[in-house]
Amino acid sequence: MLISGFSLDCERLPAPLPIWRATVRNETWQVLARALSESGGRLVALWASDRTQGASGGLVIAAAYAVREGLLWLDLPLTERAATYPDLVPFFPCADRMQRAAADLLGVTAEGASDRRPWLNHGAWPEDYLPLRRQGAQKATATPRAVTDYAFVRVEGDGVHEIPVGPVHAGIIEPGHFRFSVVGEKVQRLEQRLGYTHKGIEKRFTELPPLQAHRLAGRISGDSTVAYSWAYCMALESLAGCQISERASWLRALLLERERVANHLGDLGALGNDAAFAFALAQFSRLREDWLRLANDAFGHRLMMDVVVPGGVTANVDQTTAASLAEQCDRIEREVHELRQVYDEHAGLQDRFLTTGRVLPELAARLGLTGLAGRASGQAADLRCERPWTPYDQLQVKIATQRDGDVAARVSVRFDELVESLRLIRVLLSQLPDGPTRSELRLPSKLAFGAGWVEGWRGEIFVALEYDGQQGANCIRRCHCHDPSWQNWPVLQHAVMDDIVPDFPLINKSFNLSYSGHDL
Amino acid sequence: MWRIVKLIAKNGMRSEAPPACSDDLRVGGERIQRQLLEILGQALSIRQVDAGSCNGCELEINALNNSYYNIEGLGIRFVASPRHADMLLVTGPVSRHMELALRRTYDATPDPKLVVAVGDCGCDGGIFGDSYASCGRVANVIPVDVAVPGCPPPPLEILRGILTAVRRGRSSGGEQSPA
Repeated sequence: MLISGFSLDCERLPAPLPIWRATVRNETWQVLARALSESGGRLVALWASDRTQGASGGLVIAAAYAVREGLLWLDLPLTERAATYPDLVPFFPCADRMQRAAADLLGVTAEGASDRRPWLNHGAWPEDYLPLRRQGAQKATATPRAVTDYAFVRVEGDGVHEIPVGPVHAGIIEPGHFRFSVVGEKVQRLEQRLGYTHKGIEKRFTELPPLQAHRLAGRISGDSTVAYSWAYCMALESLAGCQISERASWLRALLLERERVANHLGDLGALGNDAAFAFALAQFSRLREDWLRLANDAFGHRLMMDVVVPGGVTANVDQTTAASLAEQCDRIEREVHELRQVYDEHAGLQDRFLTTGRVLPELAARLGLTGLAGRASGQAADLRCERPWTPYDQLQVKIATQRDGDVAARVSVRFDELVESLRLIRVLLSQLPDGPTRSELRLPSKLAFGAGWVEGWRGEIFVALEYDGQQGANCIRRCHCHDPSWQNWPVLQHAVMDDIVPDFPLINKSFNLSYSGHDL
Repeated sequence: MWRIVKLIAKNGMRSEAPPACSDDLRVGGERIQRQLLEILGQALSIRQVDAGSCNGCELEINALNNSYYNIEGLGIRFVASPRHADMLLVTGPVSRHMELALRRTYDATPDPKLVVAVGDCGCDGGIFGDSYASCGRVANVIPVDVAVPGCPPPPLEILRGILTAVRRGRSSGGEQSPA
């Protein structure tokens, strides 16, 4: 198959979205990366895997690119002696942290990469312990070591001082460390150190039965539980050749759009609050609570955890429930419309939002800003519009974009997406096809690869699954889950430059990136 | 401005009665306040610590702050520093990378202090369990007074856990309260 002018021996995975898998050689790895970066391709994920099985197999570095034809999953087999591969950072700067994470978890390194600092390993387990390697009978020592210092880049000069923040933050949020170098109130540089919530999720996947691991996927990031469990189930269904029913797809989309609305309601209130507009928080958090309570009534869980399962969904929607879900959309839409007017007319709020935390489209494109934040900086990518799978192929999702790339733009994209999702929910409810909600999923008795790709509320969620069904093993050999926060965290470092320290919480909230989804 | 005033007036008060054992819920609310005053001589200040959770528990703890639960009306508020706190509300599993930070936060909280572990992961490690990267439940790292199960527990259950810890703190208050 010809991809961006290259002839590749590709295998199409039976997923609802076009996903291709190919094995490449060392030379092609970098040449392809250059070509894809020049032709507007995006690096979606990069991870390593240990495919050793007895005497065969070995380490592999893999990359997933969004290209014109769909998603391209490339494998580059490595040799055990020199587990290195060509660096992708020159073409895709966002590869930097992903490459460092691969080095921490599997000991494979990028040749010539300038940043060799550990990323996920803070020193709590020994350097020679590689959690995701199969061989070597490696055991982590139980005794915790002192968490190592991190070599932050120092900013020198007259009047420069540092403000360390975290890992325990001054609010009800996830842990991470931010190191600000400031002059007066102005931020000269922000450097992040993440990995505090790393709890060994990818290793845990290999210990769980494939038909139960969707529960773990649904707990990678609590705010994106539907997106992750859908992506995981899509991967498992694709490798098992399981076609879910039309009704199940529609119900999954209903859940996914409800998750988007829930998060946008929460964020819009919090953004107002971070600009000292407490009224907004009170109003939006009331709407969010109404939204979650009805989710609990309709699907049995406020955040809709464990509703998406391999083969379909556990919940069904009857006429009465459908009516109350649709009625709630009308009510919330009316209230959101009123609140948007309040936001637009509030001079103090707009003063804080406009031009704050700006990422212009050129920078966004260069650094690979993705998802909701990307769309607020002119990066018009949304899987629901670009690669509409069932049921999105029948919904004509309207993409929300802005070009200003500031907090105001990200607020505006949230408002637009919220209203669009409310429309989608009503359409989904009114045209819900009949049929079963769950199909049988038979795991194959061979080695198999599957992939899932879903547009969550934050951006595209990708899951790469390697399964072994030989001799009744029926186990997950590797499950890599990718959160769009990997791409967007480094861009946040640029967004705050030249803004003042007190604007950081506002800018940070406008991106609202995941720690847990990134740290795994 | 008029729009804001109109919306405030239109939406009115949405606060609901707190969970309590009393039949008369209003009295329950007052009793909670009285108990808080008796045990602490002040309102209850809580420092929340995410020691490695998936963020699900944080969403529900945040929901506690919405107008329906009205926790500030009960005299409970979340504070930014452990030095201002009477209680730590900890979600987990405690990742190895957060172990030290959690211990330091605990040490920085003045005595007498209460610890409430929130969520299945905080109670027993949950689906993540113990591993090279996870210490499991919160009690593996710091002493825990009350553990609230659920994945995540809904706001009302979290509030119930907080109140239970305060009550239990009072019954063993003899040793705990400073002379």
